[in-house]
Amino acid sequence: MTNLFNYIERPSPIHRLTGATKLVCMLLWSFAAMVTYDTRFLALLSIAGAALFLVGNIRTKDVSFMLGFTIVFLFFNNILIYVFSPMHGTGIYGSCTYLTSWHGRYAPTVEQLFYQLNYILKYSATIPVILLFVCTTNPSEFAASLNRIGISYRISYSVSLALRYIPDVQQQYYEISKASQARGVEMSKKASLLKRLKAASNILIPLILSSMGRIETIANAMELRGFGKHKKRTWYMARKFRISDYASMAVSLLLFITALVLNHINNGRFYNPFLNH
Amino acid sequence: MKKLSVKTIVAIGIGAALFFVLGRFVAIPSPIPDTNITTQYGLLAFIAAVFGPIAGLFAGLIGHFFIDFSYGWGVWWSWVIASGVFGLLMGIISRKLRVDEGEFSGKDIAFFNLEQFIAHIISWVIVAPVLDILIYSEPVNKVFTQGLVSAVSNSITTGIIGTLLCLAYAKAIPKKGSLKEED
Amino acid sequence: MTDNKDILVEFDHFGFKYNAQQKPTLSDISLSVKRGEKVLIAGPSGCGKSTMVHCINGLIPFSYKGEMTGSLKISGKESRDLDLFTISKTVGTVLQDTDAQFVGMTVAEDIAFALENSCVIREEMKERVLRIAGTVNVQDHLHHAPGELSGGQKQRVSVAGVMVDDVEVLLFDEPLANLDPATGREAIELIDKLQEETGAAVIIVEHRLEDVLWRHVDRVVLMNEGRIISNTDADTLLCSKLLSETGIREPLYVQALKYAGVFLAPEKKPSDPALPGLDEKDKEMVRRWFENSGDDSPSGRKHPLLEVRDLCFSYEKRNRRALDGISAAIYEGSMTAIVGTNGAGKSTFSKVICGFETASSGEMIFEGIDLKSLSMKERAEHIGYVMQDPNHMISQTMIYDEVAFGLRNRGVPEDEVQSRVEDALKICGLYRMRNWPVSALSYGQKKRVTIASILVLRPKMLILDEPTAGQDYRHYTDIMEFLVKLRDQGITIVMITHDMHLMIEYADRAIVFSNGRIIADDDPARIITDAGIIKTASLRETSLYLLAKKCGINDGTAFVKRFIACEKEYRR
Repeated sequence: MTNLFNYIERPSPIHRLTGATKLVCMLLWSFAAMVTYDTRFLALLSIAGAALFLVGNIRTKDVSFMLGFTIVFLFFNNILIYVFSPMHGTGIYGSCTYLTSWHGRYAPTVEQLFYQLNYILKYSATIPVILLFVCTTNPSEFAASLNRIGISYRISYSVSLALRYIPDVQQQYYEISKASQARGVEMSKKASLLKRLKAASNILIPLILSSMGRIETIANAMELRGFGKHKKRTWYMARKFRISDYASMAVSLLLFITALVLNHINNGRFYNPFLNH
Repeated sequence: MKKLSVKTIVAIGIGAALFFVLGRFVAIPSPIPDTNITTQYGLLAFIAAVFGPIAGLFAGLIGHFFIDFSYGWGVWWSWVIASGVFGLLMGIISRKLRVDEGEFSGKDIAFFNLEQFIAHIISWVIVAPVLDILIYSEPVNKVFTQGLVSAVSNSITTGIIGTLLCLAYAKAIPKKGSLKEED
Repeated sequence: MTDNKDILVEFDHFGFKYNAQQKPTLSDISLSVKRGEKVLIAGPSGCGKSTMVHCINGLIPFSYKGEMTGSLKISGKESRDLDLFTISKTVGTVLQDTDAQFVGMTVAEDIAFALENSCVIREEMKERVLRIAGTVNVQDHLHHAPGELSGGQKQRVSVAGVMVDDVEVLLFDEPLANLDPATGREAIELIDKLQEETGAAVIIVEHRLEDVLWRHVDRVVLMNEGRIISNTDADTLLCSKLLSETGIREPLYVQALKYAGVFLAPEKKPSDPALPGLDEKDKEMVRRWFENSGDDSPSGRKHPLLEVRDLCFSYEKRNRRALDGISAAIYEGSMTAIVGTNGAGKSTFSKVICGFETASSGEMIFEGIDLKSLSMKERAEHIGYVMQDPNHMISQTMIYDEVAFGLRNRGVPEDEVQSRVEDALKICGLYRMRNWPVSALSYGQKKRVTIASILVLRPKMLILDEPTAGQDYRHYTDIMEFLVKLRDQGITIVMITHDMHLMIEYADRAIVFSNGRIIADDDPARIITDAGIIKTASLRETSLYLLAKKCGINDGTAFVKRFIACEKEYRR
């Protein structure tokens, strides 16, 4: 349970980067992948991201559980896009090249397939860095990193508190739900939706109300130890930036700028190979 | 920004932890893919009603961020932000209510449910899809349909769980009044 | 009079009334605590001890609003003129709820919390954390998360977390409430050691007098109804009748001495469990009292209600077996205590029996029925499980609905629901309050509601997790006497507990768990006098046993039994 976020302690150049650096890189990298639909660039990011896995000493089996979720999610999203908007690609690229002689609404077009390929690439470009961040960043460093990149320490600490109390809440939920089920609360698929919702409330009410009482005690404990005394605070888990930190952030920034430049060159977010036809 | 009280900070932390656990472990699957029938918005509406808009905003943002994060499917920013917006809106409108003082009666329940419905519509039919289009260039009809389904299912769960929570919380606050023993 | 600057906490005709309340919670408090002093504040629930804690650490008046009268000085300055942060530099508070106090994600971060807030630079923090972690002996756990620590370790981290600020007053709010017996004793020893090393003033707020008196305290302040009714050394207090009058439990050996008719005087130093001041005449009186004992009625062979054979269970991902070949029987109409350290397997055992977890192998037979063939819901009609915190069980607002909940979920017709709910409420003494909201009840009454809500399913056996945790002596007695009444009505009771008093006083049998195995299954009086079991299971020998030895009585077990018999008679 302590490892809900799958942090894997292993020596690697990426582990040695500070949490703040990794956070900045992850954000810049994600934004870079977010702003553009340039196929070449997204493909580059995907390959680079996969390569970083090797650098970070993270193996596929470490993340297979999370990858599984992602693939299912991606699969359904692609189907949904096709179902709802089979001509979306045609609209974007301004041409229509049917692959079959049948020309109905759901007839496959090269443009649509290309758009959906880009959509998948967008994922494969971002997911590696996010997984890498999850696997190589000690959750303890997370709050300090947020504060480092300019988020107020109060909000940063609430992030830390959330991470701290998730296992406790989870444990309590588990126990309360078992005791309620013994008293006949039915959560299984046999019950109707409305019944299941009411059943869920019967478990959640004691869980949430007893947590409310906790809030005041924790707030007291924190104030008694001087939380909120100064405008700033230091962090036990913070680390000094080194050259590799600055270098990584610079590369990420460069990627982000590249994405913006590409959007300018492409006259929009999409790289359009169909223009040459 | 006004300095946040320590209690609000703890409420954000605990609220986000609860939001996470509910979202990760208490979701009821729905027939439509990637749209679970989620239970956490009832909680978020309640936290926002008791601790205010800032607590609602950040508990939603942080909790949802962690859910995405723990699945590793990438952080779906548009929906994370929409969760925060829902908490924020609920906190703002709920200022009219006095749940934290133990008041939550017939009229308040109607008001609470009307506002949660509106807040869900704004979050899922406006904020989330518009961001989806801006960030991911997704098809318009797909994202609006997904948003509408979420708005409706979330309002139903919020209507049941959020209302029951506020009722239970308000009743647990001792009020003056005579309790008589009966034979 | 000592030097004024040595007085760290000084109440002078102090009073306090919360804004929400009509009557003051504290009145006319005068008390001073000097550097290097160790003071115990005792009193029953609701006597104002928690309010005292809040006044000393500054939460009153800075977080809880109300009306203050008289004066309270912290380090010579009027507390209302200071602020919370200044006071917290002088007074370090260790809360009862160590999980709430542990706000860091790991031990090291939590110890550093106060330093982080004071903007201490990282290098200095590291060094100070390491040093203080060594003092409280958690240096090997610096990178552990709270979930990986035992209750005692968490408490030591809490202590380190306040000491790191070099406070002058250490304030402990019910430090023993959540600890097993041996760990509680270690906590008291640690507090003693820390005081010697730092010379700080120590204030302990606790109603478990005997456990605190394991080490010397300079003074005991006894409170009742918001006032100080006694402020004297422990010896004088133990010789008076004040403790029993306010509902604070006297140490068992003191009670035994009183039963034996021994005249206690402060010169005999009754607060020292080694009883250096006991003379030959006194010992003779104890011996005579012991020999006078009536029948030691052996309980006849009973019929087993639940039989468990070779039960094994392990949590996923962990290799160690949480239950490793458990075989035991629970007899009909008995009151059995299950004891052992945290993680010994006692809670897991009850969870497996109730079906919350599934055993990997082994048999569980309840009145001839194989429990494995029953679902969790079906088992609840035979075996009821009552959680430690009633707030974790209550989901309805009204008492009646809460008790009816389990029946309604089972689709029982409403007229039968009514008669069964009313029966359960009558047994639990809540019938007259049936239409009240649950929130109007005290903790003990809520506990009864949860018991009623389980009894309504008519189980033959009840398993209670720590039925009296955190309760003062009066509430403890209320709850336990209520359970005895249930037992007399034919319900078999199983209690999971840390409380040795509870075990020897109420249980007719004790099953001791250690590392997933049962290491003893015997009469509690015999278990509590067996040095080997006590050590392995982290229990604690009873002071009665020491008294028996001191008086030259060899059969400690019989002596404990004699005491319990006397207690039972006295209570009637």
